[in-house]
Amino acid sequence: MNRFSTTRFKRVSAGRKAAPKDTKDSFRALKASFPLTLPVMAGYVFLGITYGILMVSQGLPPWLPVVTAAVIYTGSMEFLLADILVSSFHPFSAFATAVMVGARHLFYGISMLDKYRHMGWKKFYLIYTTSDETFAVNYSADIPENVDKSWFYFWVSLLDQAYWIAGAALGGLAGTLITFNTRGLDFVMTAMFVTIFMNQWLKDGEGFRHLFRNHISEFVGLLSSVLCLLLFSADRFIIPAMLLILGILTLFRKWIDTEPAAGQTPGKKGEER
Amino acid sequence: MTSFQIIITIAAVVLGTVLTRFLPYICFPQGKKTPRYITYLGKVLAPAVFGLLVIYCLRDVRFTGGTFGIPELVSIAVVVLTFLWKRQMLLSMASGTILYMILVQTVFR
Repeated sequence: MNRFSTTRFKRVSAGRKAAPKDTKDSFRALKASFPLTLPVMAGYVFLGITYGILMVSQGLPPWLPVVTAAVIYTGSMEFLLADILVSSFHPFSAFATAVMVGARHLFYGISMLDKYRHMGWKKFYLIYTTSDETFAVNYSADIPENVDKSWFYFWVSLLDQAYWIAGAALGGLAGTLITFNTRGLDFVMTAMFVTIFMNQWLKDGEGFRHLFRNHISEFVGLLSSVLCLLLFSADRFIIPAMLLILGILTLFRKWIDTEPAAGQTPGKKGEER
Repeated sequence: MTSFQIIITIAAVVLGTVLTRFLPYICFPQGKKTPRYITYLGKVLAPAVFGLLVIYCLRDVRFTGGTFGIPELVSIAVVVLTFLWKRQMLLSMASGTILYMILVQTVFR
């Protein structure tokens, strides 16, 4: 049950010309990854539609939400963009906003450095399509031994991005035609992050023994976020929360990193490259 | 904004976003040995970030008035309990979401 003890199996297929083998690998990874992207599909298509409707309602052309969904591909930033595009022209402040909103990608990148090692040509695309949901799914997935990891990550990334673009297109072109009551559907994202959080929690140790020691990261994340949400406004708490998490985990590194029972530490020697 | 200004603005946003995505991989390329501190962060950050993402989803919920966050808390409890029970991510997500939709469309309108 240790999330760092999975042995990295050799990918015999990568980089080879043998097309049928590669196609097989790809297809097997697609079958393994698709079910995990279903909740993302529900959330992204729904949010994408909302985004498309919003952009068009601002008087912007319907192709704009589609293009921005593809190239920016950060939901929270795109919703802000809908306002930015109808106000006056300030490219530098738009750039700064994008860096602020995207700051959490830095954490995702640091967490995926190891998993996205040796991904070949797919690596650029995997990094480019990093999102909250794709990161959460790819980081927490228990990929079966017989499934090629690089293809698995690739399909999760591609499917998620396709859902988002499809949603934006639907919203931009046909948003006004949707009549059934979708109120509350966006909760699927919350539900997904809760299960991913729970999954991580159980991986780091079950039961009440060493509750705090095993789940120190989870506690730090939850409590820092709640504290910053109470101190700062709802749309500004992310960066302070990230800094607080980083600060606490750095300050108590000696204690967290050397604790043998903590879920993060066992087997770390063997994991080092 | 003119079309040209729209394109420049979108380009600026793309640049800013892409920068945040690629920076860790540029700073710590796979050929070089990653500093011990970063490897450590790579292991402990993700569980904390999952907690942050859960709170992030709930950022606009008002616990002091309106529905007092009851639909959210009840649905999350269902997600957690069904997950502890069955360990099926999709099942937990579906039951929590459906319950939430029913709650906000009927009881907590």
